[in-house]
Amino acid sequence: MNQQTPLLQLQELTLHFRTSRGAMRAVDGVDFSLGHGEAVVVLGESGCGKSSLARAILRLLPRNVQTYRGQVYLDGRELMSIEDEEFRKAIRWARISMVPQAAMNSLNPVMKVGDQVAEPMIVHGGVAKEAALANARKMFQHVGVPTDFLDRYAFELSGGMRQRVAIAMALVTAPDLIILDEPTSALDVLTQANIMNVLKRIKKELGVSYILITHDIATSSELADRVAVMYAGQIVEVGDARSFFAAPLHPYSQKLMASVPRLRGDQEPDFITGHPPSLLDLPKGCRFADRCPLRMAKCAEEPPTFNKHGRLVKCWLHG
Amino acid sequence: MLIEDFNKVQLSPIEENVGQSLMSIRDLRVWFELRRWGFGHAGNVRAVDGVSFDIRQGEAIAVVGESGCGKSSLMKTILGLHRPTGGDVSFEGVSLSRLDRRGLKWYRSQVGYVQQDPFAALAPFMNIRRILEEPLIVNGVKDRDERTARIRKALEEVKLSPVEDFLPKFPHMLSGGQQQRIVIARAMILNPKLIVADEPVSMLDASVRVEILKLLRGLQESHNLAVIYITHDLSTVRYFSERIFVMYAGKLVEKAFTPDLLREPRHPYTFALLAATSDPDARNAEVYREVPPGEPPSLVNPPKGCRFHPRCARAMQGLCDVEAPSDFEAAPEHLVNCWLYK
Repeated sequence: MNQQTPLLQLQELTLHFRTSRGAMRAVDGVDFSLGHGEAVVVLGESGCGKSSLARAILRLLPRNVQTYRGQVYLDGRELMSIEDEEFRKAIRWARISMVPQAAMNSLNPVMKVGDQVAEPMIVHGGVAKEAALANARKMFQHVGVPTDFLDRYAFELSGGMRQRVAIAMALVTAPDLIILDEPTSALDVLTQANIMNVLKRIKKELGVSYILITHDIATSSELADRVAVMYAGQIVEVGDARSFFAAPLHPYSQKLMASVPRLRGDQEPDFITGHPPSLLDLPKGCRFADRCPLRMAKCAEEPPTFNKHGRLVKCWLHG
Repeated sequence: MLIEDFNKVQLSPIEENVGQSLMSIRDLRVWFELRRWGFGHAGNVRAVDGVSFDIRQGEAIAVVGESGCGKSSLMKTILGLHRPTGGDVSFEGVSLSRLDRRGLKWYRSQVGYVQQDPFAALAPFMNIRRILEEPLIVNGVKDRDERTARIRKALEEVKLSPVEDFLPKFPHMLSGGQQQRIVIARAMILNPKLIVADEPVSMLDASVRVEILKLLRGLQESHNLAVIYITHDLSTVRYFSERIFVMYAGKLVEKAFTPDLLREPRHPYTFALLAATSDPDARNAEVYREVPPGEPPSLVNPPKGCRFHPRCARAMQGLCDVEAPSDFEAAPEHLVNCWLYK
């Protein structure tokens, strides 16, 4: 997009887990880049590895990791070679923060929400408690939580308010990038629209970048500058939001878009037959071939990623 | 005076042109008592507060509302799990409050329940055969061969084939979509007349949702079932139900046929719900969505007058904040609980 170094660049990022039935290839060679102040949506069905991708970027790894390799560059700096302790201090939450899935239920029940929002600043920024609390107050205003809620506990807040607090917690260290894992999936329609408004405003006012991980295509379009579609551990399509939502290229993306029930317009939604392949036993060729209406003989071989007028697509149809 | 009004408006348009209404709900109230220190009375949570509607045989209706609006309490009362505080639910002309234990057992065999979270709804230690057999045993189907035949038929109807592969499996071996099919098969196995589906697809992946909704729709049509579909997602409703009831703070604020309501929403709350629902479109990222301020009110002390008035941009001072509106007929068979349509 622009000439300057991208904020985040992933090359061949791979994360495999060890299980009793062999290696689970959750993230399998992901290439991907993200500009400053840009929002990229990672779309995919459950089990496609999109949450593992977030964990791989933030190095929040469980114990049963078998393979973790590839390159992650933040502002041109290689992150994979950094020691864990250094990564914890200087990168995680300081530069890249996260709103985890079901964040509203992950707040500490015995800690005031104001203190919780201030905590990352004290831990990562070495800031005094008063200054951190003052900053938390500012963040509350950014996300639209009344500042007298600082002294409340999580159970005293509604779901939407708790979600905002979780967002404030991700914002408080002024990171460059926030990873949002299904930030609105458990919320009501009006609350969801409210949270999306908050995220849009923060992006505009503070210039942060987002990686939004979701399976909700309709809501994702509220925030997306670019869209990446993930299927069975791989990114199969990347494109700018405008062209993607108008006409996706990969057959999987097309099927996915066609499955969205729409409020406006008369298009009857369709569904994708079959199931995604198991991440324990992936086919050799194109991973979508089994469910693809347009499969050809060539699909028995794994397709490379083709560049079609700036849009990336991993499908032989566009070779 | 208000209640009488409510009934009058309610009864005339809907009931006249219907031959047989399967279920009829009149001025239903479900309140839960709040206790202080375990015994003192501390008010009531008015989860359902004056709800009336009819369901015809073979008709799918949707109850749309946000969490905490009382739609689950309404559903549980319809299932006979809560006793109404006031008003009445009657099924085929028989009031549920008049049913004894055996009557309730009969009633529950007539009403199937599709839960929201299929994994939580299926016993993890039972295989599929056992899960589907249980309702048959409880309801006195003594012949083993007949039970097997009915289980097979139910699985075929929810398109889980080959049947033999699924019978010995346990719920955790199935995908979310397959689990939800089992839940539907279980709800259908006693040949009910009514199915209550509580957010049946909200826990499922986007690509599977439509498949499950189409399956339910197909069963509804082939078995001439009545379906109550409870959801907060308006975009799925239009493919699924004939009529929509919009619920807010314990009341139904708008009742209309689906196309009418989506084309021309009348109640300001319905309006807000529709405006907040997105379709996939890159232009969405360039604008802010309009959302009414505030949050749904407490059901212990709901606002005086119209319950939506503190959030409503079109609220009229001196009217909406004083007196609760009744249902006005804004268009034929389009009832709106709002003073704007008096």
